[in-house]
Amino acid sequence: MKENWTIEIKPKKRLLDIDLKGIWRYRDLYRMYVKRDIVTVYKQTILGPLWFLIQPVFTTVMYMFVFGGLAGISTDGAPQPLFYMSGIMLWGYFSAAFGVSSNVFTANASVFGKVYFPRLVVPLAGITSNLIKFGIQLLLFIAMYIYYYCIGANLSINWTLLLFPFLIFLIAFHAMSWGLIISAMTTKYRDLTQLVTFGLQLFMYATPVIYPLSAAPEQYKHIIAMNPLTPIFEAFKYSCMGCGSLDWGGLLYSTIFMLVTLFFAVVIFSRTERNFMDTV
Amino acid sequence: MSDIAIQFDNVGKLYKLGLVGTGSLVHDLNRWWKTTILRQEDPYLKIGETNDRSKKGSSDYVWALKDITFDVKQGDVVGIIGKNGAGKSTLLKLLSRVTSPTTGAIRAKGRIASLLEVGTGFHPELTGRENIYMNGSIMGMTRHEINRKLDEIVDFAGVERYLDTPVKRYSSGMTVRLGFAVAAFLEPEILVVDEVLAVGDAEFQKKAIGKMQDVSKGEGRTVLFVSHNMPAVRSLCTKGILLENGHIIYKGSTYETINHYLNKESLKESEYIKDRIDWTKHTLSIDDIEINHTTKSFSTITSNQQILNVIIKGYTQEDILVDTILTFKNKDEVPMASLAEGHYKGKMKNIKSGTFELEYNIQLPKILSNGDYIIDLYLHHPMVEWYMKAPHCAEIHIDGFQENFGRALNVKEEGFIGLETI
Repeated sequence: MKENWTIEIKPKKRLLDIDLKGIWRYRDLYRMYVKRDIVTVYKQTILGPLWFLIQPVFTTVMYMFVFGGLAGISTDGAPQPLFYMSGIMLWGYFSAAFGVSSNVFTANASVFGKVYFPRLVVPLAGITSNLIKFGIQLLLFIAMYIYYYCIGANLSINWTLLLFPFLIFLIAFHAMSWGLIISAMTTKYRDLTQLVTFGLQLFMYATPVIYPLSAAPEQYKHIIAMNPLTPIFEAFKYSCMGCGSLDWGGLLYSTIFMLVTLFFAVVIFSRTERNFMDTV
Repeated sequence: MSDIAIQFDNVGKLYKLGLVGTGSLVHDLNRWWKTTILRQEDPYLKIGETNDRSKKGSSDYVWALKDITFDVKQGDVVGIIGKNGAGKSTLLKLLSRVTSPTTGAIRAKGRIASLLEVGTGFHPELTGRENIYMNGSIMGMTRHEINRKLDEIVDFAGVERYLDTPVKRYSSGMTVRLGFAVAAFLEPEILVVDEVLAVGDAEFQKKAIGKMQDVSKGEGRTVLFVSHNMPAVRSLCTKGILLENGHIIYKGSTYETINHYLNKESLKESEYIKDRIDWTKHTLSIDDIEINHTTKSFSTITSNQQILNVIIKGYTQEDILVDTILTFKNKDEVPMASLAEGHYKGKMKNIKSGTFELEYNIQLPKILSNGDYIIDLYLHHPMVEWYMKAPHCAEIHIDGFQENFGRALNVKEEGFIGLETI
């Protein structure tokens, strides 16, 4: 007799058994997670969301002093505060999104240990809620931009600014894919977490955050160009400040790279989520 | 299509003991090599041992559950009982998909909601209202469902005044109430509950049990309930499953399963009444105790038996005045009947130093329900001193009583004593 079971729980699943339907069904949970992240971060603080701004402003000032002043690294003609701010903003979003994704299992062990829901909801909510923080910083950036525009700085805005949402989308999913791979690899053996912390710092210097690609030494340029984040950062700076370059090939490379890692990440993640409670 | 709601098919779950470190890395590499490259069977699956936590095993791997096969019909409320570490929670964890089985398969129809611990995902900084939404959506409810039931949930939890206060200011009882309330209005087809009734006051426990009964009876949902609270299991469940060391050792009606469990619990190594004596005064020794014509701890009172015979043989170095207390207790350790004539009649026996033999013939009530009783036996001089203490020294099964019409009536409740008019 054929039974129409709605749920079947078995030891092994097919390689690519991603519960997209389930994620859609839990979209309200996704919304609640996003809301929770936003509401709770600055509860019982007086300045509240202003903290989102204080951090990048101070970092920008510091970078202007160290990299712009002491080291004298060029900004390709763009005003220093705008240049650093844009880099800090984008990188900040990348590292925050990477952070929540790579901590998914360890940070949510208590919830995951009790209830089943598609685990991917949590990193997806994480990259979304960080978008809010990014948005607030973006407002500051726009304000600064208008100021510099009015005082007549050399800023050429162009149509490629329309790519902006796509660039953010790329950053988000690059961050999530790598984060998920790390999270899956660190549930059982924690060694990697040690590496990740300073690895991320090093990685920032391999990305044109505080320098334009054009300022990189010739012999290292191709290495930096291999970094899939490079074309994204360059494209953003090009689209609003006219510095750097827009490399269509690079963007295509970055997109394909993202799709491939995302695929692997989701496969590894969904394999891990089934048994991680036993090892975490 | 049958009315089976949940099917466990040969389910097993293997756990590794000890620490995760280089040792487990070696095992992992070995497993990966054998299964992925050589395409052999997992070498560690075979050596897993039965999960008996008190004994030291030779293997690092242990079967928390093994060969679990059973069906649950729709609308059944199944109580899962067993000692700590029997595998109850692992079973529920597998069903609620928190972790996946090592072998076998579990199939189910409909939405499964688990109350492994209530208040899952409660964030202390969020208000009660926000947490209802948070918790509800973790359990798989949509926003609209929660909107619709919000009033009922708040009412059931009884926390209206605190609704817009962060949950970190709640008492633990209030948190549990709120958590249970959300889950109770979840309306899943299958509800999995693990020991939630432990917290919460009497009024709330009553409410919770009532709600669970409504859920199963009125709404035809299937409930799996794990608890050590036998009265709760008894009043709630229609079926029972008894687990021991990861195996199912009994399944059947709630009543039978609980009895099985409690019998199992009380079975000790010693089978003789004499070996179960806890303490005697140093001037006294007991050679043998016979209850119901046997020195063994287990006996049966047949349905037409009127007299219970008790003989105690021993040796005393001094002259003593002795009274015997014999108490019948039910399986929940509640005293049901007691012989203590020294107390209420002043009737005692005078024993000279040397060997002695005490014999009692106790008139049994005419109408006794069937069931299993625990016997406590004491020797003492009331208000003066104790001579012997032997609590839980025997267990007596009572067959039930003979009706006037000749057949045995089986009232399946211990402690039911029939009353008669004069």
